[in-house]
Amino acid sequence: MTWNRTQMAARVAQDIPEGWFVNLGIGIPTMVADHVPAEREVILHSENGILGMGPAPAPDKVNAWLVNAGKQPVTLRPGGSFFHHADSFAMIRGGHIDLCVLGAFEVAENGDIANWATSENDTAPAVGGAMDLAAGAKRLWVVMEHTTKDGKPKLVESCGYPLTAMGVVQRVYTNLAVVDVVPGRGFVVKEIVPGLSLAELQAKTGAKLNTDA
Amino acid sequence: MINKIVQSIAEALQGVKDGSTVLMGGFGAVGQPDELIEGLIEQGAKDLTVVANNAGAGRVGLAKLMEAGRVRKIICSFPRSAGSVVFEELYRAGKLELEIVPQGTLAERMRAAGAGIAAFYTPTGAGTKLAQGKEVREFNGRPHVMEYALKGDLALVEAWEGDRWGNLTYRESGRNFNPVMATAATLTVAQVHHIRELGEIAPDNIHTPGIFVNRVVRVQRGAPWV
Repeated sequence: MTWNRTQMAARVAQDIPEGWFVNLGIGIPTMVADHVPAEREVILHSENGILGMGPAPAPDKVNAWLVNAGKQPVTLRPGGSFFHHADSFAMIRGGHIDLCVLGAFEVAENGDIANWATSENDTAPAVGGAMDLAAGAKRLWVVMEHTTKDGKPKLVESCGYPLTAMGVVQRVYTNLAVVDVVPGRGFVVKEIVPGLSLAELQAKTGAKLNTDA
Repeated sequence: MINKIVQSIAEALQGVKDGSTVLMGGFGAVGQPDELIEGLIEQGAKDLTVVANNAGAGRVGLAKLMEAGRVRKIICSFPRSAGSVVFEELYRAGKLELEIVPQGTLAERMRAAGAGIAAFYTPTGAGTKLAQGKEVREFNGRPHVMEYALKGDLALVEAWEGDRWGNLTYRESGRNFNPVMATAATLTVAQVHHIRELGEIAPDNIHTPGIFVNRVVRVQRGAPWV
């Protein structure tokens, strides 16, 4: 079996404890919020100046002044706050955000991440806050498919795409496995989807997989 | 009597020169001073360098100014977004210079300009192609990239309320880059939804003190189009 996008998001949410300040990137990372149980207080940060961000509003309750980093309408939880961009990025760059979850094109065994441009001659790349988040958050987890659509590994020995940051990824959640990135050891497999062997996972991975066993 | 309130967009933009660097608030459409931006078309300044998070969408505001051929260069973090058609056309045609800056570095470069800091070092971008050609120094065993302050000749901000001393408040996530940009330009112009009497905005609730603001103009507009 493989985990679908919803299951991947749910698997990430499972590992986020109460009390963390968390920034979620666009795509599957955004879906993580839906899988944190309401009674577990996790405070979501949005780079455009929101702490305590809540879920999307009902269609008739949209507030045009309240959007997330993807410019989609959101809500504010009781206790939430607004602030300007320099403060928002002081939270990110100053190491105050406990966890950032991002998507990626590639993650290397030394923790390098490439997630903002697909080739060196990309005509008009768009970086947004990705480099600040990758370099500044206390922890960086990546959630992405294990391979590209045509089967190319996305966990690799070294990134081929332009880097977002060096040596910062601590864990990768894919549709096939949960893999830690350990300094000096590289990829360490924590969990594999039921029915898939380590050898089969290794065959879909572009770098050596280690295990704790 | 100090009175920074002006009666028209034209008055608000009087004296803006060709070749100016213009800081424009907003994150997407929210907090973006579209009336002032479009006012620059009428005002006539050209050869502008624009600093904004995004590169405009649709054919209004910044996109309209770019389409009118007034922008030489744009400095932003995220030029490509849904509806950034004018940017794409001009950029592909080689009619627009682009400088991509990580969003936090963009905000901090303007914060630094407003606070009199000439340059700073940050780990953001180290080892990436956005650090190419920049000075890199190691602090605490980690490479840091030197980034320069980014000062504007003009800042255009959108606020919720303003008074005649130039004190401003912002609304919800419409705050974003606006307060930072207000500090970082020679001439700061705010378009506001509401004019308040002096003293009417509670001092504890003023987000941008009037010292950073030169002109305030009221515009009739509804909620941002999202």
